[in-house]
Amino acid sequence: MTTSQDLKPSTHKKRSLIGRLWFDKRSRAMIVQVIIIAVVALFIAFIWHNTYENLKQLGVSSGFDFLWQSSGYDINQHLIPYSSVSTHFDAYTVGLINTLLVAVAGCALATLIGFIGGVLRLSNNWLISRISYCYVEFTRNVPVLLQILLWYGIILKLPMVRSAIELAPGFHISNRGLVMPLPIIEPGFAAIPMAFVIATVGAILFSRWARKRQDETGKTLPAVWVGTGLILGLPILTFLLTGLPLSFEYPEMKGFNFVGGMYLRPEFVALTWALSIYTGAFIAEIVRAGIQSVNHGQAEAAFALGLRPTWSMRLIILPQALRVIIPPLTSQYLNLTKNSSLAIAIGYMDIVATVGGITLNQTGQALECIAMVMLTYLIFSLTISAGMNFYNKRVALVER
Amino acid sequence: MSVITQGTRQHQPGKNPSLPPPINTENPLYWVRKNLFNSIPDTSLTLISLYMIWLIVPGFVDWAFLDADFFTDDRFGCTSDGACWGLITSRWDQFIFGYFPREERWRVVLCFFLLALAMSPVLYDKIPYRRPLLVHTICFPVIAFWLLIGGFLGLEAVETSRFGGLMLTLVLGITGITLSLPIGILLALGRRSEMAGVRVICVFFIEFIRGVPLITLLFMASVMLPLFLPPGVTFDTLLRVVIMVTLFASAYMAEVIRGGLQAIPTGQSEAAQALGLSNWQSLRLIVLPQALKISIPGIVNTFIGLYKDTTLVVIIGLLDLLGVGTANLADAKWLGLSSEVYVFVAVIFFIACFSMSRYSIFLENKLNTGHKS
Repeated sequence: MTTSQDLKPSTHKKRSLIGRLWFDKRSRAMIVQVIIIAVVALFIAFIWHNTYENLKQLGVSSGFDFLWQSSGYDINQHLIPYSSVSTHFDAYTVGLINTLLVAVAGCALATLIGFIGGVLRLSNNWLISRISYCYVEFTRNVPVLLQILLWYGIILKLPMVRSAIELAPGFHISNRGLVMPLPIIEPGFAAIPMAFVIATVGAILFSRWARKRQDETGKTLPAVWVGTGLILGLPILTFLLTGLPLSFEYPEMKGFNFVGGMYLRPEFVALTWALSIYTGAFIAEIVRAGIQSVNHGQAEAAFALGLRPTWSMRLIILPQALRVIIPPLTSQYLNLTKNSSLAIAIGYMDIVATVGGITLNQTGQALECIAMVMLTYLIFSLTISAGMNFYNKRVALVER
Repeated sequence: MSVITQGTRQHQPGKNPSLPPPINTENPLYWVRKNLFNSIPDTSLTLISLYMIWLIVPGFVDWAFLDADFFTDDRFGCTSDGACWGLITSRWDQFIFGYFPREERWRVVLCFFLLALAMSPVLYDKIPYRRPLLVHTICFPVIAFWLLIGGFLGLEAVETSRFGGLMLTLVLGITGITLSLPIGILLALGRRSEMAGVRVICVFFIEFIRGVPLITLLFMASVMLPLFLPPGVTFDTLLRVVIMVTLFASAYMAEVIRGGLQAIPTGQSEAAQALGLSNWQSLRLIVLPQALKISIPGIVNTFIGLYKDTTLVVIIGLLDLLGVGTANLADAKWLGLSSEVYVFVAVIFFIACFSMSRYSIFLENKLNTGHKS
């Protein structure tokens, strides 16, 4: 080391202090970081100062006190008690529940549509795979906002309530939305979920025992069939034995409107349906890519080992496909949840429409309202990403 | 050894390559039987889908074309049962130019033409006169700014609030697309940087933007941004929206490109170092070209997403293609024609987005060097 310094001492002496710091990798990294952080901090301080000055000029008092004031507006869909004398915080809660309602219903429906679409796309039947292809391309390439407006427009053009279309017994759709049978829980119903839990535990124990027996003796037991039988059979048996403690209240036409049943507003129906159709197209592509990503050799190897097709699907192909499918699938769920914020375009009262819309306009607390909405979505997405990372770590291929 | 049966004769496999393929594989009827009526479930699926197609397609064709009125001045002129395209045919200039002053519209037309010229050398590298065209591409942003906004060099200034229709969609989409790629690359590099400070800032930015819906960012642009500026300073609405849309897309772009960067083996940059390339050179010449190539599908998907997301500006009151449509629907002359407007706008978006995705497949095949597993 000393020799190399002795060889060319001149270059070292010529550089000034700043030059030496700049040509050293570590100190240069430090300088760059300090500069960048300083610029960002200055920028934030600048915005902070301006906001403070502007708010002072406008005479708006900042803080979250407005949340406890009476909101003064009505929300047409509320699952918890709410009226115009409720507080803004109640409005936030109602909006949050409405957002979650669309998100959960949309995710379930989109998964169903997507898996069907993805499997059909790989069908050997030319016509079926083409239809699925057209569905995917047409929905993926049209803005979701446009689709929401289109479906909403279609629902509003449906016949009046009096001549509502009966989709299935008890399901009527009209320009006022969808009415459907309402499940009514009667005493003794609690036995059914309990039976379900017992059956699930039993199925898990049985499959463990079956696997252990297979490891020891090599003999297989029909664990899947027994498990399915238990999980489905036991609750049904309990249902019959306890004297059918669940009934459906069918909507009936009385006068000008339906009485009874469950009523879904047209905004909710249009939004959920449009989001599911849109996200379903993306999920269909994810499912297709996932199934195709499993090397054909895997199925062939399973076949060569003598596994039956259903077994090779369940034990070889599906676990590998799911590893590819699940991460993008969750990000699609997240996208659907974020896209549900477009509800404001058709007047569905979700969190953006309540807190980010009416409350903001009434109180003028722009900063607080937008921050609340953003924070809520951030919490959703960070929770889901954290769960996703955990899952990824668990299923990731372990290499060398 | 197995044998191939051709008619009544039998041949050894591989011995007679000149033989025609077996007769039953050439027949179109054979194709139909194999692809549509292979088994009983297959046949029933085919029949069900044929029935559904028969239900939907003729009805739609009747509505959109056969029973439709194409040229009317208001909805009362539409006498048939089908679609009433009069709204689009009589207001087509609004759908394209928005509310741009009538006597200045030649500027927009010229700009569209120059845009096509600017895009051609980027999209297709075998075009004649590529070099001068590329110079034009680099100058295009300035030319477009001059043509559309004006206010200097002899062109009258046009307020950005007069922008609308397809033109506004294109302005938002193309500005966003051009700016989000470089910003996305910088953010991706920042997120993979060894400097903890830079990394933390990039992670915060990317995760924040990706965690919230675009609509809240647009609200922020329209309600909160004025609060962030020094009192008295105003900011053009269109510019605010462009900034937000670009930032939104660049966060997604950064993640796509980060995926591409992670897929490049460390050996590549180590080899570059061994050859004596500087960090910057190895990034520019070795790592980035490969990373960008493998992230093309993701990049184009982000572009398509951004282009579709430009419709969200309707919610904060800008009149893009969809906005012009909804604004006209509020006109008593055209009440209730929502399906026509939405179908028309959907077709335009479909054409743009579908061609982008086709182009991405073309590009992937062109750049494929055969190293794909």
